[in-house]
Amino acid sequence: MIAAAFHLARCYVARHRAQSLLLAAALALVVALPLCLKVLAHAVEKVMRTRAQSTPLLLGPRGSALDLMLKALYFKRQALPELSAQHLREIRATALAEAIPLDARFHAQGAPIIGTQLEYFAFRHLQVAEGRMITRLGDCVLGARVARERGLAPGGSLFSSQEQVFDMAGVYPLKMRVTGVLAPSGTADDDAVFVDLKTAWLISGAAHGHDDVAAQADTVLKQETANTVANASVRMYHEVTDKNLNTFHFHGAEDSYPLSAILVLPRDAKAEALLAGRYLKDSLPVQLIRPRDVFESLMSTLFQVERLVFIVLGVTLTAALAISALVFALSFRLRSREFRTLSDLGISPAALRLTRALEITLITTTAVLLALLLTWAVQSQAETWVRWLLG
Amino acid sequence: MAGITLTDLSFSYPSGQFRLHVDHLSVPAGSAFGLLGPSGTGKTTLLRLMAGLLPPERGQITLGTTDLTTLTEAQRRAFRLSQVGLVFQDFALLDYLTVAENILLPQRFTGTDATPTARTLAERLEIDRHWHQPTSQLSQGERQRVAIARALAHEPRFLFADEPTASLDTGRRDLVMDLLFECAARTSASLVIVTHDAALLPRFPQHARVEDWVP
Repeated sequence: MIAAAFHLARCYVARHRAQSLLLAAALALVVALPLCLKVLAHAVEKVMRTRAQSTPLLLGPRGSALDLMLKALYFKRQALPELSAQHLREIRATALAEAIPLDARFHAQGAPIIGTQLEYFAFRHLQVAEGRMITRLGDCVLGARVARERGLAPGGSLFSSQEQVFDMAGVYPLKMRVTGVLAPSGTADDDAVFVDLKTAWLISGAAHGHDDVAAQADTVLKQETANTVANASVRMYHEVTDKNLNTFHFHGAEDSYPLSAILVLPRDAKAEALLAGRYLKDSLPVQLIRPRDVFESLMSTLFQVERLVFIVLGVTLTAALAISALVFALSFRLRSREFRTLSDLGISPAALRLTRALEITLITTTAVLLALLLTWAVQSQAETWVRWLLG
Repeated sequence: MAGITLTDLSFSYPSGQFRLHVDHLSVPAGSAFGLLGPSGTGKTTLLRLMAGLLPPERGQITLGTTDLTTLTEAQRRAFRLSQVGLVFQDFALLDYLTVAENILLPQRFTGTDATPTARTLAERLEIDRHWHQPTSQLSQGERQRVAIARALAHEPRFLFADEPTASLDTGRRDLVMDLLFECAARTSASLVIVTHDAALLPRFPQHARVEDWVP
C-alpha cells in the first residue's frame, strides 16, 4: 500500500512540478530565513571577535567607539575626524605601551590603503607570501584577496584613488609599486593595501616630490627669504622611483600629520589601567577604547535584534505554514472527485490519507532540502558578505 | 455459478424525491444484462447499488455468494477492488497518470501484476500506442477505452459499465461491446451495462427498463 500511495503521490507532484516547486520554494524561503540569519550572525561574530579580542586598546578621535573600531580594525569606510601624530609620540613617550599608527583614509581600486609601520605586520602575524616587504616610500604590499581579485603581483603597480573628484587642488593619485603579497589571514588584512605611514602622508599631500626648482629658473615664480615659490610649470611626481626618491620631502611638523587611529599595546595590565585613566577625560579630543568591550556590546545588541527578528520570522513561518495547509486543503478539495473515484475502485481511506500525506511530505521535504541548500550557499559566502558589509 | 441477484431492494435519496424498488433481478454468471432508460431515471443509481457503492435501505444484493448488505464498508471496498470492474460514465481517469498507470492503478494497491492482461487489452482497444502518454492528452474516445481497460485488467467476476459507448463512434462502439461481452464470457463474469442507446438492445440476452422500478 505504501509503495502504491508513494507512486501516486510522486506522479502527482511530478506532473504538477511547477506548482509544487513554487510552493516548496516559498516554504523553503520562510524556513531558510531564520537559518540564514543565524549563519550570518555567526559569521559576523566569527569575523569580528578574534580581531577585536586580539587588539588590547585603540586610540582614536572621540565619538562613536563602534565607528572607530570598525574603521581601525576592519578598515570600514567611516567618516571620522583625524587625530594628530602628536598622540603617537605622546603614547610612545609614556613607555607604557607600544603604539602602532594607522592611516586608513585612502583607497586604491576600492581597497583601503592602510598606512602603518612594520610593527603592524608583526603584531597581526602577517607574513609575506610572495615578493618582499615595503622598503621605501611609494611601496605597497597587498592583502591576499586584493591581489587575487585584482590580478596584482609583485612588480606590478596600482594607483591610489582620487578621493575628491571635484577638488582640483586636492590629493592626486599616487602610483604605488607592489613589492609583495601577504599570505591569507582570513581577516580584514586580506582586503587591504598596506603602505608605510609616510606613503599615506604622501598620498594626503603632506609630502611631495617635484623637479628641482633651483636648477630650473623658469619654474620659479617668486623667491622669498626661506622659500622658493614655483609656478604651475613645475613637474610634480606621482610615482616614487629610485631616481626621484630624494626629491620627496615633507612640509610642516610631523606632530601635525594626521592619523586615523593608533593601536595601543600596553606592556602589562597596570600599564593598560594607567593608559585608560589618562584618556578618561571627556574634554580630550581623543578616546582610548577596549575593542573587546565594544565588540561584546555590539554582539549583545545584535543578539537582541536577532531575537526580535526570530520572533517576527516565527510568526511569518506560522503564517506561511497556515497558508500552505490551506493550499493543500483547497487542492485536496478540488481533487475530491479523484479521491472518490479511487474510493469507488476499492482503495481504502487509509491508503488515500497516506497518498495525501506523502504528497505533503514530498513537497515539504523538497522545501527543507531547498532551505538547507540555500543556507549552505549563504554559509559558504557568509564571511565574504560580512567582510563586504564591513568594508 | 451464481451471478448477481437483487431481492426486494429499496433505495431512496435523503431528499425523498427519488425512490427505487426492485422485487427481484437476477443476472447469471457469464451473462450480460442491459439497464435501459432515459436520463435521470435512476440507471446509474441502480448500477451503484449493484456494485456496492451505495448501501440500500432494504433488501439484498448478492454478488456470487457474497451478500453485499452484510458486509462492512471496508469489506465492500476490498471486495470491489478484487472482484468488481467499474466503468464510470465520466471515465474517472487520473489525468496526471499515464495510460498504463491508470489501467494498472487498482492492481498497484492490491500488489498484483496485471501488466500482460493490461497490454493485451490496450492492443485490443487500440490504445497501446499511448501506453506511456498521460491520459490528459487523449481524445474522449481513447479515454473511455482506457477506463474500460482499467475495469477489465484484473479480470473481475462482476463488471458494471455506465454508458461505456457514449463517446464512441459506431465502429468502436461495436468493438468495445464485443470486448466487454467476450471478457465477461471468458471469465464467466456477470456484466451489467447502463445505456440509453436503444441500438444496443438486441445485444443483451436480458434487459430491463429502470423506470419500471421507480414508483
